[in-house]
Amino acid sequence: MRHICIYLQVHQPFRFRTYRFFDIGNDHYYYDDYSNESILRKVAEKCYLPANKLLLDLIEKHKGKFKVAFSISGTAIEQFKLYAPDVLDSFKALAATGQVEFLAETYAHSLSSMRDHEEFARQVSAHSELMKELFGQSPKVFRNTELVYSDEIGAEVYKMGFKTMLTEGAKHVLGWKSPNYLYCNAIEPRLKVLLKNFKLSDDIAFRFSNKGWKDYPLTAEKYAGWLKELPKEEETVNLFMDYETFGEHQWAETGIFRFLEAFPEKVLKSTDFIFSTPSEVAENLQVVSAVHVPNAISWADEERDLSAWLGNEMQKEAFHKLYDLGEKVLRSGDRELMIDYRNLQVSDHFYYMSTKFFSDGEVHSYFNPYKTPYDAFINYMNVLSDFKIRVDATVRDDKDGEISRLSKIIAEKDLSIRKYENEIERLKKQARQTRSQAPKKGPVKNTAGKTGAAASKTKGGKSGTKDPAERSAYTSTSKAGKKKEATKKTTTRNTTTRTTRGKTGPAKGSGTAGNSGKKTRGSGQKK
Amino acid sequence: MKVLMFGWEFPPHISGGLGTASYGLTRGLATIPDLDIIFVVPRAYGDEDQRKLRLIGAGDVSMDTRHLKFSEQLNNLSYIEVNSSLVPYHTPEEYETLINKAENSKKKLIHTTRGGKLVFSGGYGKNLFDEIANYALVAQQIADDNEHDLIHAHDWLTYPAGMAAKSVSGKPLVIHVHATDFDRSGGKVNPAVFEIEKMGMEAADRIIAVSNLTRNTIIEKYGIDEAKVTTVYNAVEPIPDQEKVAMKRGIEDKVVTFLGRVTLQKGPEYFVQAAEKVLRKMDNVRFVMAGSGELLERMITWTASVGIADRFHFTGFLKGEDVFRMFSISDVYVMPSVSEPFGISPLEAMQSNVPTIISNQSGVAEILKYAIKTDFWDVDAMADAIYGLLNYPSLSEMFRKYGKEEVDNMKWENSARKVYTLYRDSVLQ
Repeated sequence: MRHICIYLQVHQPFRFRTYRFFDIGNDHYYYDDYSNESILRKVAEKCYLPANKLLLDLIEKHKGKFKVAFSISGTAIEQFKLYAPDVLDSFKALAATGQVEFLAETYAHSLSSMRDHEEFARQVSAHSELMKELFGQSPKVFRNTELVYSDEIGAEVYKMGFKTMLTEGAKHVLGWKSPNYLYCNAIEPRLKVLLKNFKLSDDIAFRFSNKGWKDYPLTAEKYAGWLKELPKEEETVNLFMDYETFGEHQWAETGIFRFLEAFPEKVLKSTDFIFSTPSEVAENLQVVSAVHVPNAISWADEERDLSAWLGNEMQKEAFHKLYDLGEKVLRSGDRELMIDYRNLQVSDHFYYMSTKFFSDGEVHSYFNPYKTPYDAFINYMNVLSDFKIRVDATVRDDKDGEISRLSKIIAEKDLSIRKYENEIERLKKQARQTRSQAPKKGPVKNTAGKTGAAASKTKGGKSGTKDPAERSAYTSTSKAGKKKEATKKTTTRNTTTRTTRGKTGPAKGSGTAGNSGKKTRGSGQKK
Repeated sequence: MKVLMFGWEFPPHISGGLGTASYGLTRGLATIPDLDIIFVVPRAYGDEDQRKLRLIGAGDVSMDTRHLKFSEQLNNLSYIEVNSSLVPYHTPEEYETLINKAENSKKKLIHTTRGGKLVFSGGYGKNLFDEIANYALVAQQIADDNEHDLIHAHDWLTYPAGMAAKSVSGKPLVIHVHATDFDRSGGKVNPAVFEIEKMGMEAADRIIAVSNLTRNTIIEKYGIDEAKVTTVYNAVEPIPDQEKVAMKRGIEDKVVTFLGRVTLQKGPEYFVQAAEKVLRKMDNVRFVMAGSGELLERMITWTASVGIADRFHFTGFLKGEDVFRMFSISDVYVMPSVSEPFGISPLEAMQSNVPTIISNQSGVAEILKYAIKTDFWDVDAMADAIYGLLNYPSLSEMFRKYGKEEVDNMKWENSARKVYTLYRDSVLQ
């Protein structure tokens, strides 16, 4: 018994309106409501609604034998709530069958895993809560935006509580290995990794309607035939694709719905495959090996890397300038800002800036509302500039707080400095008195000089708080003194004493020595 | 005195300084009672301001082909053809015959619309040379139809038209050099353009240069007799009040603006370099590059790669009110042109109370006192000047106040009077 694991991605970004330089600081609304609504309605009519209906029929028809998994981004859900509650209801109906698994992803379909780990974790948990709330199941399997994955990201995801993760079966990662087994993470072997069979997935997602393709037209029989031909020992075929494949990327006229309708029956009848959700695959199969992915991969383009989002200078600049704001946004605690921050992170914005128009440009331009990547970049940076102004304005209060906190510290320090000055004054007086009381004590002079030096050294330490440079000069000599014999160091110490004195005034005399010398002696004993 | 003037663009349909300058000058000339101006452009849109002159679109002129002849000079130009899809030929065979006939008799084939009109885009597209030639063709018809005492042609695009008109009427030709190809190309001149420019300058009775810088280029690079070349500086139209749309300033940061085509000639890369230096010293400033051009994409990538794109904005091409809106929120205006025959935009900036930095390599630097002048390549000096104007209010206040005064005294009427004197001299000659 072998597994077919179908996972379908549902995502829609909140597209930005044309946001001009003149708008910065004046207009804080960034979204192109008209396109967002009309595109969503269009995709709903062409794909989400008919495809959901078909899946529901298939699930009912096959009575527990046909299963799929969905990952729906938080931004897509928000758009369903705004523009297509009927779509949301149809997903709920699918969830109610118990044959559909909902996966976890980042709320904003973001690339936060590439930069801000805390934001990544926040978005994942926000998304999981949303899934629980809408579909009554807490996701157990994680799929990252665009199937982005690396050993580190996998390990991080495990720490978030997921035991299974999906990614691309990239050739340059697998080498001779087949994606049709269960793998595990290289750092955290307890995380199971399901790899996309990109050949069989892309046959449906990209090549289905391509008349130049040698296997055109693709039928469910033909496809089931290919499955049958797979080596017997291979245990799972993971078909991961955009849900919009059905009816939107491949229009209904291409026969994609008829293909989908016939697919489960053909597979169940003529092969030994059964349909399983990602959780079931992970549960039922044994891990065969670890998959090593030191550098992040994705499911996009020929390269299967992140170059479509973070390939050129513009993308990197926009991406990093955005995430530089993360901490401040969080600190602001402002709900509006947080929502915009999320929407700014949606990976599509960076995709629009891609300059990879030569190899995979066609796919890129299909989804792109901008004429050129430069237009996309300029518009994004304008929005980001306005956003930053708002963030700065909100968190400014905190800056004042910071200033008042610092001035408080300064006031305290001033107070203690005044206290020390008084102390010094008092000690000076005392010293003068002692000197006049005991002017002639020849034999003691030597030792007094030594201890005196040490004593004023300690004091130098105190007054040195005023001037960090002087203090460090003192510490270094003192450390050196500790290492070497005290007698050898006397000269150096005297030098220190002299400089210190220059600031604090004359502090000679055995009285001073006697007073603070105790401390020195104390530490001396410790040695 | 009736003046037949040939231009290439006319407000509001302009792409740069040429349209603004020729419009400003005609407005100035219109204040002189003796003058009567017919202004010809390849394509008239109908929404131009025609209170002070008569505007003719070459595309609206019906050609009386029976009388059409090619002037000698025009035979040197490339062959002539117009968008054939608009032409009502009956059959392909007939078309073929026509072409053969044209070739055999050394006649040229001209495609016209049903009304005997030529089609002009009036832009700077890929058929530019054809349009220039067609324009010259129509110019003959116009010269024939409209009585005039003098012909005035603005920049190389219209020189052939001016020459063609002259060949019909024999009236004196004044050509007005707003720029030469040495300015536009940064030294690597297009031979075809150079050829037309030189031909025009040689055929002209008098030449007007917009600055001494340009005058020297004409004398030295084109080998023109200096007695024929006169410098008349441009001026600036007073800002009409309704255009003084004070924009709500959305940002607290200072704004430093570059406004112009993003091409080699305008030195945008020096602006980016200066911006980078200033941003290293202060962060409450934003830079704006307003305009489009072949270097735009490179500039965008550059700002991104040095990490200043969040402080460096691109607006695309601005015109009309947007220009003044841009100025109204600018704290410093920079024109780092590598080679600028004149440069009207700094004057517009100063009118809008914006302290201005210009390059020594601009004609306007010859007459402006209250603008900071640096060499275009000296980005340190430029950064210094920007920083100074942003941080020392006394400095910027001075430039703002006296700069405004200075440009308010530069009136097109004054330039027009000089041009009028020159007209009279040439008509009397």
